[in-house]
Amino acid sequence: MTDVFEQQLTRQELLRRGAAAGSILTLPGLLAACGGTGKKAAAGPTSHQLAKTLHFSNWTLYMDTNNKNHTHPSLIDFQRKYGVHVQYTEDINDNASFFAKIQGPLSRGQSTGRDLIVLTDNDRYLGLTIKKGWAEKLDKSAIPNIKNLIDVQRHPSFDPNRDYSLPWQSGMTGIAYNDKLTGPVLSIDDLFGNPKLKGKVTCLNSMGDALGLVMLANGDDPSKVTDKTFNRAIAKVKKAVDSKQIRQFTGNDYAPPLAKGDLAAAMSWSGDISQIGNPHIHWNLPTDGGDIWTDNMLIPKGGDVYTASVYMNYVYDPKVAALMEGGDPKTGDTGIYYISAVKGTKEEVLKTNPAVAKNPLIFPSKKTLDNVHIFDTNALNNQKYITAWQNLVSA
Amino acid sequence: MAFLHRHRGLTPYLLLAPGLAWLGVFFVVPLGFLAYQSLQSGNFDIGYAFTWTWGNYWHAVRDYRAEFIRSFEYAGIATVLAFVVSYPVAYWIAFRGGRWKNLLLLFIVAPFFVTYLIRTLAWETILSDHGFVVRTLQHVHILSPGGRLLATATAVVAGITYNFLPFMALPLYVSLEQIDQTLVEAAQDLYASRWKAFLRVTLPLSLPGVIAGTLLTFIPAAGDFINAQLLGSPQNHMIGNVIQSKFLELTDYPAAASMSFVLMILILIAVLAYARAVGTEKLTG
Repeated sequence: MTDVFEQQLTRQELLRRGAAAGSILTLPGLLAACGGTGKKAAAGPTSHQLAKTLHFSNWTLYMDTNNKNHTHPSLIDFQRKYGVHVQYTEDINDNASFFAKIQGPLSRGQSTGRDLIVLTDNDRYLGLTIKKGWAEKLDKSAIPNIKNLIDVQRHPSFDPNRDYSLPWQSGMTGIAYNDKLTGPVLSIDDLFGNPKLKGKVTCLNSMGDALGLVMLANGDDPSKVTDKTFNRAIAKVKKAVDSKQIRQFTGNDYAPPLAKGDLAAAMSWSGDISQIGNPHIHWNLPTDGGDIWTDNMLIPKGGDVYTASVYMNYVYDPKVAALMEGGDPKTGDTGIYYISAVKGTKEEVLKTNPAVAKNPLIFPSKKTLDNVHIFDTNALNNQKYITAWQNLVSA
Repeated sequence: MAFLHRHRGLTPYLLLAPGLAWLGVFFVVPLGFLAYQSLQSGNFDIGYAFTWTWGNYWHAVRDYRAEFIRSFEYAGIATVLAFVVSYPVAYWIAFRGGRWKNLLLLFIVAPFFVTYLIRTLAWETILSDHGFVVRTLQHVHILSPGGRLLATATAVVAGITYNFLPFMALPLYVSLEQIDQTLVEAAQDLYASRWKAFLRVTLPLSLPGVIAGTLLTFIPAAGDFINAQLLGSPQNHMIGNVIQSKFLELTDYPAAASMSFVLMILILIAVLAYARAVGTEKLTG
């Protein structure tokens, strides 16, 4: 084979391969270039015109639902009243990953493509979003119903005058157990220490939820975390992990295995258990006390302030709140079954769905509310604490 | 066109340009950014600053050695298992598949039409404590009466093996399918037993597929976190879980970036050692 011949062959080969490689390699690039950037023209801050569509991102199982046709009656009603279609997406599974999703565009000053989002006060991301200036100020002139906000929710530390946020729902963190597999599990010491439950229990992966309960079990105050009480709580969880008592750390996903029987008991949120409606699964506040937390509506920068504010005003009408909270047995609508922050909701639900109004998990008694605690906001933002917690949960 | 006529030598490079540009924009630039980020210090609240913080790398290795080792262990076992399962299947399809070849290949690829996450969640049901698999294994005393599969290393390795199986099976099939059957016949004519013909002819000729398959399986498996998160317990977490938590939960981007680099370097070393052991020229056939 002569050199020239070889060279020519190689070049032909190269041409052929180059063309093939070029076409393959550029395809994803093209696709990426074609994909939308999710940018949207931001509505002017003074606009008092309703948008055609409200983009609302929420957690799963967090809206009244008609189970026959899988619609959300309160959203349909909103559209009827205001002519605004709500593009409702259940794309929030936990605070951290949702924040990771929106922080990119927000930090670049772009719109997230959403007008309304819901973040929890017992995680650091709600406070962080407001502190970073990534939330729009509410148009309070469009929210006269703000007067119906319950008093305890009026001045939270992360938003003292409620300029940026309004509660969506509150919930309690406690212990759920499946009575087919175990007797009542009513304390963290039992959950983490009972050898019969070894490998059959889960712990929540959110620090505020989990450590709140553990601190109460230790006799410590979760609303004022110190290094000493924090370390004591961490040690307790670590012991339960090392002894293989704790099977997994979970978000919302403890529910199916609990119903299936892979789990005997789980650290759990009150409303989830009401919604599962499985007669064998029971939810209790631990004997040492439980946590209470609140999910808050926020308008991310670039969202339509006026339309979102009008929607907030709508859900702060006790009649609407009652429909959303309690559902309607007559039409087969299930409610949200968490805890409403709107005054007068219970009275309205008594008229439409008395069973729900009397459910102590949905409308907790004063005694219950005295037994639940809010986790220390400073501790949620303490880098040392969150690192120690994450090392325990994920490594 | 006249320009191209005059500079014929440029044509291949011009044709390669889109591909190279793609690699540059979507691989080299992000990689450079990752390297830059891995040497930063600070946190999300106060912001990050570039400070040549080599300590990030040191911390990654010192604090998470167990997870690094576990990742390579699980990925290695899963790769071997995937090979053991895939080779006979690919062999059978290539040589005995006949006109059903394409359909059979489709069966291998079919699970890929379902999302990764859903496929993994399905294993939660299959391996459930009260499911058929666990009960059968308990019945034949492979598992103790209270034993379980979910939330164990076995489940994690099984999940990885399953999820990456097509990456192993398809390259194996391609290399097996190209083998000239007359070579095997020739070996047998020269008094090689069928087994010997397989060992001396078929297997060496399929080595490019073996190498491609093992790399395509091992590399992504070592960085996987979904299987460990859904099918494992806190004792089974891999380095991917730590990186995910550093990135998403702690927004500690420098730590996450440096750990990604350590993982990349370790994988590169493993791959180079492997390529050296089996011979690089076999990579391209």
